[in-house]
Amino acid sequence: MIATVDRRALVNLDLIRGHLTASAAYLALSLLGGLAYAFQFNNMYPFAGVEWLSPGRVRMVHTNMAAYGFIANAFIAGMLFAIPRLTRRPILSDKLGWVIFAAWQLCMVLTIVGQLAGYAQAIEWGETPVFVDPLIMVGLVLLVVNLAAPIVTTAEHGLYVTLWYFLAAFAWTGLVYFMGNYLPQFWVPGTAGAAITGLFIHDLVGLFVTPIGWGLMYFFVPLLLRKPIWSHALSLIGFWGIAFFYPMQGVHHFLLSPIPMYAQYGAVVATIAIEVVVLTVLVNFFGTLHGRSEAVRGNLAIRWFYTGMIMYGITCLQCAFQVTLTFQKIIHFSDWVVGHAHMVMFGVFGFWIFGFFVELWPRAVGRAWVHPRLLTVHYWMTLIGLALMIIDLTAAGLVQGFGWAGLAHWGQSVMDSMPFWWVRSLSGLIIIAGQLFFFYALWATTRRPQEGLVPAPVPAEAA
Amino acid sequence: MERFGASFLIAGVITFLLGFFLQGVMPIITLRNVPVRTVAEITANVPDEFYQLAEDYPAEFEQAFGTPDRESFARALVQGRDLYIAEACWHCHSQFVRPVSNEDLRFGPVSQPIEYQNELMLPHLFGTRRVGPDLIRESGKKSNDWHVAHLYDPRSVVPYSVMPGYPWMFDENRRPTDRALAVVAYLQWLGSWVKDGVITEPGAPAGVPDATAALPAAGGGEG
Repeated sequence: MIATVDRRALVNLDLIRGHLTASAAYLALSLLGGLAYAFQFNNMYPFAGVEWLSPGRVRMVHTNMAAYGFIANAFIAGMLFAIPRLTRRPILSDKLGWVIFAAWQLCMVLTIVGQLAGYAQAIEWGETPVFVDPLIMVGLVLLVVNLAAPIVTTAEHGLYVTLWYFLAAFAWTGLVYFMGNYLPQFWVPGTAGAAITGLFIHDLVGLFVTPIGWGLMYFFVPLLLRKPIWSHALSLIGFWGIAFFYPMQGVHHFLLSPIPMYAQYGAVVATIAIEVVVLTVLVNFFGTLHGRSEAVRGNLAIRWFYTGMIMYGITCLQCAFQVTLTFQKIIHFSDWVVGHAHMVMFGVFGFWIFGFFVELWPRAVGRAWVHPRLLTVHYWMTLIGLALMIIDLTAAGLVQGFGWAGLAHWGQSVMDSMPFWWVRSLSGLIIIAGQLFFFYALWATTRRPQEGLVPAPVPAEAA
Repeated sequence: MERFGASFLIAGVITFLLGFFLQGVMPIITLRNVPVRTVAEITANVPDEFYQLAEDYPAEFEQAFGTPDRESFARALVQGRDLYIAEACWHCHSQFVRPVSNEDLRFGPVSQPIEYQNELMLPHLFGTRRVGPDLIRESGKKSNDWHVAHLYDPRSVVPYSVMPGYPWMFDENRRPTDRALAVVAYLQWLGSWVKDGVITEPGAPAGVPDATAALPAAGGGEG
């Protein structure tokens, strides 16, 4: 469908390269922050006594750079690639695109400096300082204008499912950000404020990251497999199910809290319901893969995508159980939840983003990957490191939770956690070691002599 | 754009608002009859620990807050809360007691909404992780000295602790500055409204017992 169009005029590859580069830089920063924070639990924090690098402050840089630096930049790059190709319209303005790029990176730098200087906001996943929030809101609105313009003006008939997700996400993201960062900060105190914060924690993943992520999956997977999505009907069910059930689950982050119980019960039911919806989406994608499963071996981007989808399936299945009050008694407040969060943010969306890099980076820099084998090493080390981390933190959560419920001395639960915290640091080291191969491959590819326009590169493991 | 293309934008807004109403607005409606106390109101009773703080560290206290009274207590509380946020204490310490897992035996009475209807809970600091223990019943459990030593070097008083120290809240002679004193005042305030195992409203005059009787029936959380 795009063969007749001049791709370079349609897609601004420079802008995509900018966002991908920024994404990789924040990934590095986020990983280093996470590793340093993990070392605190082994009593070997590298910057002990340094006010601006206190573990509590560094932790916020870790999570915020993962969400707004690494994931958001890569998703913007993905949308800059997908939207013009689906609508046959370029984005509204390349200049505006660069303004948004600069504004977004400015927000990130202000966030880092603000948090390290002690101006963080006490909203989970929204620790961006209060003075950065308006700038982010403006950036989001400009981004929506720039990216929605081709969708609104397209002459194509019948919007593809990817664009449904993007349009809904455009409506959601600004609303969610405003709600979460302003209502509990200025107007709604205490218990009701906590309900809204829970909604924000959840909606940030559910209404910003998830729809854009799945939208990009619906775009890239059929493109790389060179076949249409398995079932249009299932993608309809998936979209409307997610749109309906996802926004009404926020309070499940504060179960058994003083928030009114009807809100808690409602959140539990909606969370279990979405598991059914998620299954339809997964069935659809594995139906699409059917008959082309050798691509998982031969095409690294597809392998990242489907590994992430399996993680998504595990995450959501886990959700359906851990959201019950029975599980909550034990696992809430423990490392189980930390493992869960890493599986979602890194194991699903991070992995998909690595798939985007595999596919988009050669196009963005106009050169084929220099060392496809390094990317395979990156895949395996990241997967092994993360799997180790998830298993370790899940087990640690059970040990902690049962210790607390059994009224063990608090110190006992801390000492019981020690071996798990050592393994967690080790798993972080494995992940970071894997990323070194990735960063080197990114850099080395840009240094390669240019060989003209690159055909769709498919790094094979057997190379 | 196709005829129904805008429906996805509209659907986004509608589903968001539906979820926001069910999960965000309805709790606000439930709690609408519980007045939100100002800082001035909740500092009506200055806890003993604050006067004690002025005796424990007279020179430092004098310099930081002057004399211990309602006005200086309010300043210390707000500063302490802000430092609690700046250092992200809430990432490792929760501020609510659940009615399960023997938490009432470990920490104290189960949390109730009325405790959180005040300006110092704007934003709330419920927290979602407990690396260290919950703090909403912390008042009076430890001495001011313990808290000061613990802030400077947690392992000096809790050998197994993985909490970082906060030496920048102390001067070159390792005496607490206004920052350390404010954090201690804040921690000693958390739960000071629980008297003899009964939850009263923060700032309620001593001797007024069960303020929760004023709660709407549905607000308590039966779970």
